[in-house]
Amino acid sequence: MILHPGVISLLIGSLLVTIMLCYSAYEGAIIARDWDINSGSERQLGLERKTYLVSTMMTYAMGFQLLSLFLFIATTDALSHLFIGAMCAAGSLNVNAFGYPTMLLKLANFVLGGIWLIVNAADNRGYDYPLIRIKYILLICLSPLLLTETLLQGFYLLNLSPNLITSCCSVIFAEDSRSFAAGLATLPRQPAQLAFILSAAAVLVLGIRFLRWRKGAVLFALAVLAFFAVSLASIVSFVSLYIYELPTHHCPFCILHAEYGYIGYPLYLTLLLGTISGTGVGALAPFGGIASLAAILPSIQRRLTLLTLLCFLVFLLLTGASIGLSNLDLSAY
Amino acid sequence: MSLIEKHRNIIDYTLSSLGRRKGKTFAVCLVYSFIIFLLASVVFFTQAIKREADLLLREAPEMTVQRLEAGRQTTVPAAYADGIGRIRGVQSVQKRLWGYYFDSLTGANYTVMVNASLNGREGQAIVGSGVLLRGAAEGESRKIQAGDSLPVKTYRGEALMLKVAGILPFASELETADLIQVSERDYRDIFNAEAGRYTDLALQVRNRKELATIATKIVRQYPDTRPILREDILRTYDAIFDWRGGLSIMTMAGALFAFIILAWDKATGLSAEEKKEIGILKAIGWETGDILQVKFWEGVSVSLTSFSIGIFAAYLHVFVGSSLLFEPVLKGWSVLYPDFRLTPHIDAYQLVSLLFITVLPYTVATIIPSWRSATIDPDSVMRA
Amino acid sequence: MITLSNIRKVYNAGRPNEFTAIRDVSLELEPNKTTVLKGPSGSGKTTLLSMLGCMTRPTAGRILLGQREITSLPEKFLAEIRRSTFGFIFQQLNLIRGITVLENVMLPAYPTGERRSEVVARAMALLDLCNLSHKAEARVEWLSGGEAQRAAIARALINGPAIIICDEPTAHLDTALSLEFMETMKRLRDDGKTILIASHDPLVNDSDAVDRIVEIRDGRLVPPKACA
Ligand SMILES: Nc1ncnc2c1ncn2[C@@H]1O[C@H](COP(=O)(O)OP(=O)(O)O)[C@@H](O)[C@H]1O
Ligand SMILES: [Mg+2]
Repeated sequence: MILHPGVISLLIGSLLVTIMLCYSAYEGAIIARDWDINSGSERQLGLERKTYLVSTMMTYAMGFQLLSLFLFIATTDALSHLFIGAMCAAGSLNVNAFGYPTMLLKLANFVLGGIWLIVNAADNRGYDYPLIRIKYILLICLSPLLLTETLLQGFYLLNLSPNLITSCCSVIFAEDSRSFAAGLATLPRQPAQLAFILSAAAVLVLGIRFLRWRKGAVLFALAVLAFFAVSLASIVSFVSLYIYELPTHHCPFCILHAEYGYIGYPLYLTLLLGTISGTGVGALAPFGGIASLAAILPSIQRRLTLLTLLCFLVFLLLTGASIGLSNLDLSAY
Repeated sequence: MSLIEKHRNIIDYTLSSLGRRKGKTFAVCLVYSFIIFLLASVVFFTQAIKREADLLLREAPEMTVQRLEAGRQTTVPAAYADGIGRIRGVQSVQKRLWGYYFDSLTGANYTVMVNASLNGREGQAIVGSGVLLRGAAEGESRKIQAGDSLPVKTYRGEALMLKVAGILPFASELETADLIQVSERDYRDIFNAEAGRYTDLALQVRNRKELATIATKIVRQYPDTRPILREDILRTYDAIFDWRGGLSIMTMAGALFAFIILAWDKATGLSAEEKKEIGILKAIGWETGDILQVKFWEGVSVSLTSFSIGIFAAYLHVFVGSSLLFEPVLKGWSVLYPDFRLTPHIDAYQLVSLLFITVLPYTVATIIPSWRSATIDPDSVMRA
Repeated sequence: MITLSNIRKVYNAGRPNEFTAIRDVSLELEPNKTTVLKGPSGSGKTTLLSMLGCMTRPTAGRILLGQREITSLPEKFLAEIRRSTFGFIFQQLNLIRGITVLENVMLPAYPTGERRSEVVARAMALLDLCNLSHKAEARVEWLSGGEAQRAAIARALINGPAIIICDEPTAHLDTALSLEFMETMKRLRDDGKTILIASHDPLVNDSDAVDRIVEIRDGRLVPPKACA
């Protein structure tokens, strides 16, 4: 183990988040079992009050989770020079088998947790808490994932030691290797760019369609997910090249460095936020028929859609600016 | 729009409510800022020291070659330098002479090093800003200035007067503060260093990727040598510094824990007055969620205030006050510099880590007590 | 119009100290009238008021506020109704010490998210109405009994409620102030408010500001004989 302040923070953070989530899931299970909105009993009142506790804990937990996602990447980045061959987070994550799974799970949990918060917020506004069982069952499903994340991150951090030998981004994302990461890097550029533009257009069109005619929420959410995946692949495949102004450097982490103006942070932040709110629109769609939500859902979904479009717009502008202002001319390669 | 207005109202109320409980708020803030101050000092200090070491080593050659005799470092014959210079990929070999000198007058340790530009200007020296001079008359030490004469005792016990020709420009305190640069002949005079032998060799290579290969070749050719790569030193340094910093944080976990308990206790032990206040608010139409927001903003303002105070104090402590509290713990192995000042540097990453170590546990510790007080029965005020 | 049907309130249900404070109360309260709940101490007046005022939920029975059934609403929505529909004047006045009269009056409007300047203007107008505008910036602990009472009235009115609920409002007032209070209630009723007062003070019960008296004893309504 490396006793770096960042490592300690991450361990403390994930421990606390896990405790909160497990507690919430436990209380959630009781609520889901005993909930009876029509009862005037003190027990029901107690459960109602517990929902506040669970919501508060989950909101805090998600806030920490967002910070911890970035702290995790920044920490692995800061530790990279301790490992032979590593130059950024890509190398540090590769030091042992737990690095990349931790990061991917963190990402997934963050998105899932965000969607849960959206469902929770919608439910809290319906006068009979119509989604209460569903949302607590979802919460219970979410907790094993978070537990796994904590364990993976624990294994990853505890198994770090200086002088481990690893390979860095230029190798992991090299075009001539045969891994999944390398596969992303070698995606033929023109089709990748085309997919990027097409998925962005799909999000825009479906978003406007939803705003205008209140139709196709799920389709919109799917398009958002597709755009998320395509964007991540695009960052590795071609966006990074323009940012680094190097025709062969495909690393998705170095863009977080000061040399590139920390451009990675706003890029990932807008992409993640947009993805969460966009999938939230779809996640709420099945509940439109519930009487107590019928009046509220459209306005929530509408705002989420606008937020998604706004986030993605900023994301696209930043990407576009990075490409447009780059001195790299890829036509030669 | 109305959401913002609502938050503004609630924040207003929170601040006035905190103001009404000055004693309690002050007590929590005091302990909270002290904990943050301690932890931030450790983090700032370790990171600053690492940076210093980094700067120092950035100047260092990519590879140094030492010679070992009976497992201990010894001098390198000039012939080695020639032989190594002929290895493919080696760009240049610099023969270096340097050593440590203890000045009994001021009680300080200096690094003495040969500066080739002083060859032919025997009797002159270029020194770092941390070198002290003990004035004969005043009997007190003071900082050296250009033009001063620095007395150095040679191995025979004779005094050699070195005229200070210049002060090294400030780059990194660790690097230059304790340095005395002299000509090669003066060096050999002071330390009785055998002619034709050097302390170690500094190598420049053409391609950094070949460092490892070149190191292997050197050892094969001269089995009694030990090549050291700059990257290796950096890694070892960093790990040591981090380890020490981390260890200090861990020992402070006790203090942190005690604080969490205090926070919990303060948050749980609502006075009758506070309970009544929350009851009134709920009775006149505030909702549990509104009270939770009050509690949230209460936490934010207490944490933010304490965090700023703690960070500010730690900054002063580490970068202006020379880390008075930690020097013995964190720098124990190194030479004590006469006047040691770290280059101020903090970044967002350090702050976020600190936030995680301090604010997060505090926040979690106050969730349940806040919720308890927020769920007071609204009709409780109707019966007193 | 508030309709209560078969309301029952049990405290500490299932525990040895179980206590039924209200039993099978059915009642209709007309709008724009002053109704007094009369009964000895411990008869359940406060309990009934707190259920009417959406502070607690009955253990059984239904309460309709206009057409809306409020018995099964979660606390969160009860708070919203409480805030917008009811104004409360408590026996203990319950002003918050340490802050000014003006702030106290504005408190119920904080969670509504109204513009602060509008709330301030309305609060000042109400204080004016209650002859308290000169004390707006004073702390509540410096008010006299009558002034505090008027501040509490202003606070009850800040969100423009349709119904005013008063629990033993004259318990700590002398005769003159009690009469003044009943005058104010009369004026509010004439302005179209519905007023509900729980009291066993004869001064209240005999006041000509009162339209109807409901008697309660041991948690049950006493059948009306002849109303004075
Ligand atoms: N929270 C409570 N727990 C148990 N008993 C209560 C509670 N609140 C009120 N009571 C009981 O209910 C009865 C009615 O009280 P209350 O409504 O305050 O009467 P009133 O206002 O007419 O004096 C009293 O006997 C009181 O002791
Ligand atoms: Mg009473």
